[in-house]
Amino acid sequence: MAKVIIDTANHIAGYGAKAARVQVVPAYPITPQTTIVEKIAEFVEKGEMDAEYIRVESEHSAMVACIGAAAAGVRAFTATSAHGLALMHEALHWASGSRLPIVMAVVNRAMGPGWNIWPDFSDSLSQRDTGWIQFYCADNQEVFDTIIQAYKLCENEEVFLPAMVCLEGFILSHTYMPVKIPDQREIDDFLPPYNSGWILDVDRPYSHANLVSPDFYMEFRYMIQEAMESAKQLIPRIDKEYGERFGFEYGGLIEKYQCEDADLVLVTMGTMGSEAKITVDNLRRDGLKVGSARVRVYRPFPREEIQKLAEQVQMIATIDRHISFGMEGFLATEIQASLYNRGDLPLVAGFIAGLGGRDVTFKTIEKIAKKSLKWMREGGVEKITEWVDLKE
Amino acid sequence: MVAVHKSRKDMPLTPLSSPTLGSMGKTGYWRTFRPEVDYSKCTRCTLCWIYCPDAAIERREDDSPKIDYDYCKGCGICANECPVKAITMHREEE
Repeated sequence: MAKVIIDTANHIAGYGAKAARVQVVPAYPITPQTTIVEKIAEFVEKGEMDAEYIRVESEHSAMVACIGAAAAGVRAFTATSAHGLALMHEALHWASGSRLPIVMAVVNRAMGPGWNIWPDFSDSLSQRDTGWIQFYCADNQEVFDTIIQAYKLCENEEVFLPAMVCLEGFILSHTYMPVKIPDQREIDDFLPPYNSGWILDVDRPYSHANLVSPDFYMEFRYMIQEAMESAKQLIPRIDKEYGERFGFEYGGLIEKYQCEDADLVLVTMGTMGSEAKITVDNLRRDGLKVGSARVRVYRPFPREEIQKLAEQVQMIATIDRHISFGMEGFLATEIQASLYNRGDLPLVAGFIAGLGGRDVTFKTIEKIAKKSLKWMREGGVEKITEWVDLKE
Repeated sequence: MVAVHKSRKDMPLTPLSSPTLGSMGKTGYWRTFRPEVDYSKCTRCTLCWIYCPDAAIERREDDSPKIDYDYCKGCGICANECPVKAITMHREEE
């Protein structure tokens, strides 16, 4: 039977792995991720979860153990943050290039130095080009639901790619919220056992993801790109089916709120999307036509949906909890890249906010919205990239 | 070579290959120095067979080594390991 529990997003991620009937969990601790693998250790120890729990010596080893498990045809899961994710970098390419549907929770934490354990997206966004699908969650329920949805997606033969389920450290990871855990039989029905296209088998030996000459390398890369495009088609369908079965739906690639008649749309990721909704409600009360579009899936990037959105609005303001040094925030870059060559474009302004865990509340977002509306009325942005609440 | 695909459509999703003899072609032509066995000195200890990194040494019924010159790259590890100096390296053109 379905039940509602009150717990932290990290523990909920553990419940997600358990509900997905994950079979192998290589684990290495790092703040603020640690309580995910602790919760899973508890499930395994109590016999509530039938999984091999491997205590590895580093995050790099955690990922290669996931690769071995997934290549042997079982469902693998791990979790990490910040520098742990950075240490995995090489293995992340191996996972996607080997086309293995590993799901990993990434509890977003700022990269050091300055040494910092608080949230921003600089860890996962630094892994943008590794061939991993990236989901960003806005609350604890979405963390649970997205882990189940991610396996459903990644194990689809049109995709066969790994995915990160990202959640901001502390804002979600250590915060208690009520979460509905559906009935296990219904989850099993939605997510059948992993059926790999190829399995490492000593009786039928072969080399997997091995040397490939210039004659064929490009084709393998092209197939990853095709898989990303397939994922873009499948994510809204899977989200809709999940919603019909379990009652929670997140708009597929982008969660839109009050965008239909909006002049200005605030584009965010993660929990800033939840705060932006409050901002929208407040500003709408004052008669300002503002909407919110939370990018839930950053890779594959929802280019076509952004293009559709841009046709209806006068201005887009992006809020990036990240900076690509020497350029701007990734959302700002990718939204402008999605719109170029299309004519009759809305203004786009990029805001950098919330780095290293600085709070981005609905009030912060209100300031951003008001400044954007001013620029919109003036017909031009004063600054392409504005750092919010930066000390003089 | 393993490369047999004409079209992307019949390629696997990731490079896969079954273990086959010489899937990269006959690598013996890479060789600069050629190992030669003096069977009168060989004690059948099998160390050369154990150490050969390319599995290019066959272990015969009587434990004596037989070097497969189609795949031996001439690294010289067998000659180095042989405790009785029964394997010696000779420049190919000699």
